[in-house]
Amino acid sequence: MSRYQRIGVLLLLALPASAFAEQDVQAEVTELRQLLAELKSDYEQRITDLEARLQAAERASKSAARKADDALDTAEQTAIDQSSGSSSANAFNPALSAILNGQYARVDHGWNQIPGFMPAGEIGTGESGFALGEAEVNMRASVDSLFYGNLTLALHEEDGAIEPELEESWIQTTSLPGGIRATGGRFFSSAGYLNSFHRHADDFADRPLPYQAFFGGAYTVDGARASWVAPTALLLEVGAEMNWGGGFPATANHATEPGAWTLFAKLGGDAGASNSWLLGIARINADADSRSGGHDHETPGVVDTFSGDSKLTIADFVWKWAPNGNATLRSFKVQGEYFRRDENGLYAGLDYDGTQQGWYLQTVWQFAQRWRVGYRYDAVDTDNGANMVGTELQDPGHSPMRNSLMFDWSPSEFSRLRLQYINDQVYADTDNLWLLQYIVSIGAHGGHQF
Amino acid sequence: MILRIIFAALIAVLPLAANAFEVFACEPEWASLVREIAGEDIQVTTATTAFQDPHYVQAKPSLIAAARNADLLICSGADLEIGWLPLLLRRAGNAAIQPGSPGNFVAADFVRRIEIPKVVDRSGGDVHPQGNPHIHLSPRNIERIAKALGERLIRINAGDADNIQNGLDDFLMRWDEATGRWEDEGESLRGMRLVAHHTSFSYLADWLNLDIVATLEPKPGVPPSGAYLSKLLAQLQASPPAAIIRTPYQNEKPSLWLAERVGTPAIVLPFTVGGTPQATDLFSLYDETIRLLREQQR
Repeated sequence: MSRYQRIGVLLLLALPASAFAEQDVQAEVTELRQLLAELKSDYEQRITDLEARLQAAERASKSAARKADDALDTAEQTAIDQSSGSSSANAFNPALSAILNGQYARVDHGWNQIPGFMPAGEIGTGESGFALGEAEVNMRASVDSLFYGNLTLALHEEDGAIEPELEESWIQTTSLPGGIRATGGRFFSSAGYLNSFHRHADDFADRPLPYQAFFGGAYTVDGARASWVAPTALLLEVGAEMNWGGGFPATANHATEPGAWTLFAKLGGDAGASNSWLLGIARINADADSRSGGHDHETPGVVDTFSGDSKLTIADFVWKWAPNGNATLRSFKVQGEYFRRDENGLYAGLDYDGTQQGWYLQTVWQFAQRWRVGYRYDAVDTDNGANMVGTELQDPGHSPMRNSLMFDWSPSEFSRLRLQYINDQVYADTDNLWLLQYIVSIGAHGGHQF
Repeated sequence: MILRIIFAALIAVLPLAANAFEVFACEPEWASLVREIAGEDIQVTTATTAFQDPHYVQAKPSLIAAARNADLLICSGADLEIGWLPLLLRRAGNAAIQPGSPGNFVAADFVRRIEIPKVVDRSGGDVHPQGNPHIHLSPRNIERIAKALGERLIRINAGDADNIQNGLDDFLMRWDEATGRWEDEGESLRGMRLVAHHTSFSYLADWLNLDIVATLEPKPGVPPSGAYLSKLLAQLQASPPAAIIRTPYQNEKPSLWLAERVGTPAIVLPFTVGGTPQATDLFSLYDETIRLLREQQR
């Protein structure tokens, strides 16, 4: 007899309850209650079970639906992958980008040589008016599983003719073990902080005075570099470069050994989430043989030359701050470099033993998304000795220095408009310079170098 | 000579990194996923926090040092890190994690990306030719990436293969169960109208069928301008959204400006692990995101 039948019988029996004795009724009622309670709990149990099974089924169906969706997605993705890049000839195109820039300048007197220094290439204030800056074309890609290659061409117009210049052309290893990298070709030296940056990435429209005086803008190596990143928690990188090329301050006519050597070390890390820093030290030893400075358009023909040893030491630092390391909205940067060079040998046929120094300190404050202001102080100083009186290297009797203010707006990562004022005391007469500059980058995304 | 002494001194004072298996994760969500599969003991360096825009990062010294020592690199890909990762990889001189090596794991390669632009031109803002790179806010993407990552960890001997397989199986089981729960909870969010700062939440919206009616940026990556916000205000006043959402690293001002005028709350979703104090791992990231959205339901 099932429980329900028993309940039925009990209910029937319960009807003529009055016919039974008192305690019999009591027993029946107790049993009845008990059975009802059992019934209730039984149903509750079944309902809970059913609900659980329903939920499980729902979940299983959702999971199945997800899996079906996944399968569909995979098929779709495969179709997408297979349909794209049907032409293999240009699938291997290198990352290609171009930098376009130009500026309007207002210059009072202007200069193209720093007193006390040999002319060192295309430096100086330029002239008043609009000038198209050099257009830079860059190509880069992996060569194969061992090398990475980079080519940068700079095009500028000189006296109505387009002059192409091979700014960089280097290959670099990508798979040497133990943090070692080798670079060969023409490349920017790792000495100094600013030197390895392309000029369009600078925070000011022109390079600081020491870079102009000691390098003619930047120190380029034609040769090789080996560098090593130590397996440490802080960044420690050391390296050496040998320069066979004619890059100032060395000279090109060294057939058997490099004209200049560089040793450098960099140390950097973070201080909390908001601060990052980098220190650098470098030494460039150059052997100059009839060095005439960079290319000098002003005085063709016979120029005074230097032969001897040139020893340059550079110490640099940079510190960057951004709230929580998020530089999108606000950031602050301080950087500075100190140059000291000892040269001795013969200049213009005279015994020459001179010391030159240069330094700059600059800060850039990004006060809102895409808006920045900056201030820079830069100066150089010479102690070339009494022997140089009457030559180009005669000490000017003052330290050439400048104060610069910069204000720029970057509508996007790829464009920048900049206004810069320079209070220029390179010569005894103070010059006031105003520069309005645009720099844009098209093509492949450039790197955010620290 | 002086340099040689300096070098010797520097090497002496710097703590040498241990030889244990090291992972370099570009974003916190991938650091969390690695820990879920390989266990808490694995050494992971996370390049960015929830408070940093993973696109606008520099190849800073600490990252070069970390990448130098990594055995595995795991990043979102789809050009999210295009501005700094290629440079970082070159500077670090670590063959194990170069593109194409097994130690270079790109998460976006394993999922179906959405919002692939028909026209790739920078006049459209920060266009990502390979689609939206913020792939981690879809549990199905996480599931697929987890499977691929598990295989990869075994392949490059990140630890005992059985342990990794068990870790993966265990994670996938818990993830599937949690996904079911989130989908149950998220059922009521279907069709919820939201305004987002950037296209950071597209995969979340796609998964939960949220309706992101507008972004504060006129174009991806272009900061909201006053003129554009005014236009948006006029459009939204007619039918206000349930909330204006943003990530912890995005500028709060445009959200707050608009929220005050439209009369809807502006809220910060954790976006990634560590974005809010509650979002401590991938599971709590999703828990929090759904809880915060449900709070805004009307």
